[in-house]
Amino acid sequence: MEAIFAQFLNGLDKGGAYALIALGLTLVFGTLGVVNFAHGALFMLGAFCAVTFRRLLTLEQVTVSETELTPWGSPLEIRVPYAEQWFGDFGQVLIDYSVPFSILLAIPVMLIIGVAMERGLIKHFYKRPHAEQILVTFGLAIVLQEVVRSFFGANPIPQPIPSSLVGAADVGSWLGMQANQVVYPWWRLVYLLFSVVVIGGVFAFLQFTTFGMVVRAGMADRETVGLLGINIDRRFTIMFGLAAILAGLAGVMYTPLLPPNFHLGMDFLVLSFVVVVVGGMGSLPGAVAAGFLLGIVQSFASMTEVKAIIPAIDQIIVYLIAVIVLLTRPRGLLGRRGVMEN
Amino acid sequence: MFFMNRRDILVFAGFTILVLTMPIWLTPTGAAYPALMQTFAIYGIMVIGFNILFGLTGYLSFGHAAFLGVGSYTAVWSFKLLTMNAIPALLFAVLLSGVFAVVIGYVSLRRSGIYFSILTLAFAQMCYSLAYSVLTPITNGETSLQLTLQDPRVIDLAFTERGSGLPVPNLFGLPMTGLTGFYFCAVILVLAFFLAQRITNSPFGMTLKGIKSNQNRMDYTGFNTRPYTLAAFVISGMYAGLAGGLLAVTDPLAGAERMQWTASGEIVLMTILGGAGTLFGPVIGAWLVKYAENIFSAFNESVLHNFFSFLPDGMEEPFVWVAALFVGEGWHLTLGLLFMIVVIFLPGGIMEGVRRIGTLFRRRPDTSDGSAVSAKQQPAE
Repeated sequence: MEAIFAQFLNGLDKGGAYALIALGLTLVFGTLGVVNFAHGALFMLGAFCAVTFRRLLTLEQVTVSETELTPWGSPLEIRVPYAEQWFGDFGQVLIDYSVPFSILLAIPVMLIIGVAMERGLIKHFYKRPHAEQILVTFGLAIVLQEVVRSFFGANPIPQPIPSSLVGAADVGSWLGMQANQVVYPWWRLVYLLFSVVVIGGVFAFLQFTTFGMVVRAGMADRETVGLLGINIDRRFTIMFGLAAILAGLAGVMYTPLLPPNFHLGMDFLVLSFVVVVVGGMGSLPGAVAAGFLLGIVQSFASMTEVKAIIPAIDQIIVYLIAVIVLLTRPRGLLGRRGVMEN
Repeated sequence: MFFMNRRDILVFAGFTILVLTMPIWLTPTGAAYPALMQTFAIYGIMVIGFNILFGLTGYLSFGHAAFLGVGSYTAVWSFKLLTMNAIPALLFAVLLSGVFAVVIGYVSLRRSGIYFSILTLAFAQMCYSLAYSVLTPITNGETSLQLTLQDPRVIDLAFTERGSGLPVPNLFGLPMTGLTGFYFCAVILVLAFFLAQRITNSPFGMTLKGIKSNQNRMDYTGFNTRPYTLAAFVISGMYAGLAGGLLAVTDPLAGAERMQWTASGEIVLMTILGGAGTLFGPVIGAWLVKYAENIFSAFNESVLHNFFSFLPDGMEEPFVWVAALFVGEGWHLTLGLLFMIVVIFLPGGIMEGVRRIGTLFRRRPDTSDGSAVSAKQQPAE
């Protein structure tokens, strides 16, 4: 029982990442009707926002000490980050919490990238066949990842967890189980809460604001909304920016769990497409549900007990589920009628 | 000949001459060494097959590299277990990749459009993950499958003694290395081209074109399209298996990275770059990509410094820095940019570019022999 609960929790945070990426993909698809293969690259760019932010914060002033010597006799170099010099203790806190704080950098950066991408490239592909949309965004994904590689190198760059969140929470004892039976790292808990809050925020935004209402109306019938005198294109562009922010935030917060490297996006892209297809193309709740579902299923499949029965099932379970779902429920779990039937 | 019309015979003869004289006309470009020309021939086969599915039938598969990998593994196993002869290795490679294609195609072809792409992608990733994990006894995982001195090779050893050192794949005693290897691949490429040409012009090919232009209408006219799409998928999977087998013949080594989906993406790129739907275009695309890969990835800092050494001192560094982004390790950046540019401005690929230039010339005053010029410039429409 405890083991199953622990696996369930383990699946949730990964599911949160899938859900965030898939939600963005579905938003783009639902609004613009574009299949965006570069969405994984946006996730990766988000992760590298965190890397950049930390690099900026830890820029150091190097002074050579007059009196002290290193053990091998040369003058000791004292390295002090500028952030600490300028802000004192707050600077230290800033460096320690660099990952959550880089959200502040990631939001505007991802918004700009997203809007630029939509206006510069995607706009010209609304009317072209889906195959060409896939191909051009695939090319863009390659370009983005190679640009990142040329600046940050090919090796993964680990990002630290804030010191107060290192370690694990004894989730089991909160629920009345025995102590230390079900432990869950604090940062994963943070990630899970973060993704739930962000997803909730997006749904609330779409459901309870006028802007969201117009967007939903545009998703249902773009032409009519346009005829009502609403500039739906501009709103859809903003939605693309929002989707980019979602992917970016998912990437930023994921860095302590998985050191980002340049092909991080490609690795997640395939999975998140599977998530979207399982959830149902164009269905926002479907994307979220399928994201968490597949995360949990993947986590269960990697249990040793399961692997003893079917070896390597954890490697292929997600794809297997996608195949089964597409064959039995072609529209996906929560897919709407008439969206991408072919 | 074989009920072909005159134009087809001309195109086929032209293609044959073009391929077989490759060592001559490639010499000025510095690409006329066997290893690269073998790659040209093999990827030519690969994209001809891919084009039957994507260009002719209109199904965009993002998992074709899986068949390439299956073909390579099968060929290497045939070398290890049976004989170093290339023919059985290729036969097994084609057969097994055909079996894989039947299974994957049967499932994936129940959907079309983007769903088909994602399904093939999922299957290819599944093959890739399996090759890296649970199938390690068969695929040898990350170290990739290669020949060893202890291989059984039953058929070979029944006739000859086990020699010292690793054997080389051969064709009834003719070692498949260097130029011999290239001509072997080249002959197969010509045969593959011939087959594809026949398929394109056959009633079967017409049906595939009909499916591409409007599958619903084909269904409504009472055509059961599924066997046709499945046949196209299997044929193109077998072509990929053949290419994979040839990769193993020229270099008996098979690794799982051949099956990764970026490899599939590269195949798509070659086809698009040359011009999907034309017979000849994808081959040109494959040659260009492989040639450019070879040239660009060989560049390094010192070569660049030499190249830009005519510039004044201050100017040299920034130029080298910018150019270094695009060559060597950064070759994929060039590839991605090229890909985007082609898709944005020339979705029909190089062949469409040639056709556009051709029409430009045809509109010029001398319309008398304009048609002859255009016929020469678009051999495989």
